[in-house]
Amino acid sequence: MNDLVTYRATPASATSRFPAHPIAGLAGTSFKHEHLPAILDEGKQEGFFEVHAENYMGAGGPPHDALTRIRRDHPVSLHGVCMSIGGPQPIDKTHLARFKALVDRYEPTLVSEHLAWSTHDTTFFNDLLPLPYTQATLARVADHIDEVQVAIGRPILLENPSTYVVFPESTMSETGFIREIARRTGCGLLLDVSNVFVSATNHGYSPLAYLAAFPLDQVGEIHLAGHARQTDDEGDLLLIDSHDGPVADAVWKLYDLVIGRCGPMPTLIEWDSDIPDWPVLRAEAAAAQAILDRHARTFTQEKIRASR
Amino acid sequence: MLPAELRELDRSVQSSYAESFAPALLDPGRVTPAAVAGPHGKAATKRYNVYRNNVTASLINALAAVFPATQRITGTDFFRAMARFHVRATPPVSPLLFEYGRDFPDFIERYEYAQSLPWLADVARIERAWLDAYHAADAEPLAPQAFAPIPPEHLGNTILLPHPAMRIVRSRYPAVTIFSANRGRDPFGQIEAADPEDALVTRPKLEVVVRHLPPGGAVFLTHLMSGEPLGAAASAALADSPSFDLPANIAGILAAGAFSDVKFGG
Ligand SMILES: [Fe+2]
Repeated sequence: MNDLVTYRATPASATSRFPAHPIAGLAGTSFKHEHLPAILDEGKQEGFFEVHAENYMGAGGPPHDALTRIRRDHPVSLHGVCMSIGGPQPIDKTHLARFKALVDRYEPTLVSEHLAWSTHDTTFFNDLLPLPYTQATLARVADHIDEVQVAIGRPILLENPSTYVVFPESTMSETGFIREIARRTGCGLLLDVSNVFVSATNHGYSPLAYLAAFPLDQVGEIHLAGHARQTDDEGDLLLIDSHDGPVADAVWKLYDLVIGRCGPMPTLIEWDSDIPDWPVLRAEAAAAQAILDRHARTFTQEKIRASR
Repeated sequence: MLPAELRELDRSVQSSYAESFAPALLDPGRVTPAAVAGPHGKAATKRYNVYRNNVTASLINALAAVFPATQRITGTDFFRAMARFHVRATPPVSPLLFEYGRDFPDFIERYEYAQSLPWLADVARIERAWLDAYHAADAEPLAPQAFAPIPPEHLGNTILLPHPAMRIVRSRYPAVTIFSANRGRDPFGQIEAADPEDALVTRPKLEVVVRHLPPGGAVFLTHLMSGEPLGAAASAALADSPSFDLPANIAGILAAGAFSDVKFGG
């Protein structure tokens, strides 16, 4: 069993503006502006907060004020949504510079992006769009991740996508593609267990088989989210990665299994639309924390046994 | 591989999946891209439509987030239909969605079904300015006593530096009253206002404030923003509105935090 792999928190050097809050083994939630008063009311939370980088790319105002307050007392994970790492066109240098500025300013404990694309030509589609898995796209994505990691001076975590279509031109499995990306670039992985469940259902494979093939030793963070149900052209179940409700029971079971294998990982509850009141979101994170804590005890006992 | 072949490979990556996948996302007239399929020989129409829906709905939601009062005035169904036309014709060119919708007020002005609401575009312009003020750079506004040390003979040559959040929206309609009535969640009565209203949008600290400018105020501020000295700006305002009140306007812009620095005697 591998050690509890997470990226080190940025060391609190003399130039740091914020304390280095540890994130290992913690559950966290998406940070939503409307929750700020409730969060500040309760005082320092046990968990971490994840923010979408693009929401903090304005010059000033309430977003930066809120993130500064949150970052002072909690570990923060910076989650990029629009870098278009999986697209065929070059990374947008202006956007990368903005991203780097946020990493420098807020010293996030975790930094992540998606295996997807969202911009083509000049149009921004505001969705995480899929790509074929071939030697050519592998080389391109690896180049893009190298470029991002060089720019920000640290490794990122790359998130597995939820998808609805396949590309007949693909020559590799998604897990094979992701494994090779991590090997070539040294990036870590953000394992979205809900995305695994959604994609597995949509494409008719076993989520357990996917997880067995996934390089779990590279994982530095987990995502959990709610999904919605539709049907495909044949009338079969098609799951939509909607982030608009509680985590499904089947996903909690998969999550328990993953944590049993890779140890307590920072785990985010993603909830991005139909956002509930703060206590509902906090309770969902507490459910993840309970699973993390249960496995943490086992992992500690195993370590003690191994050291004897 | 020969350099020509490398270039060929490069081009094939460039032009393949995104080129095939992207055009139909915002164009319902196009068929499902040939590059995609369902698993195990399944069809991909409804599957690809998930992406179409995600893209279109999320961009409509982005406009609704920028223009909440506009949506409240028109009702959700009207707004979403109007926004759908705009999203398809003018999708965003930046991943920063708080920059989106700059062309939306002009679109509203031309939109066939909004002709009975002639002030709607101006309300949308105030909302767009509100969001710009919200995200603008932080700066300390001028203190209320900033004019005190300026000798009277220098007052006419004084130049003011606009606060980064300050915006002006001029309207031939009572746009400020309509904006204010529809921005909150509270119910409101019949709107009696009928006169033109110019808006001053500021954010001296963290809160965005929208004010109704007095006669000549917008002309005065527009001239000051372009770097003209106080005397010239006041003359322009007086020429525009004989009732322009200079002391009251100066007190007003200081109270609003519209400027961040003052230069005189240079
Ligand atoms: Fe995720």
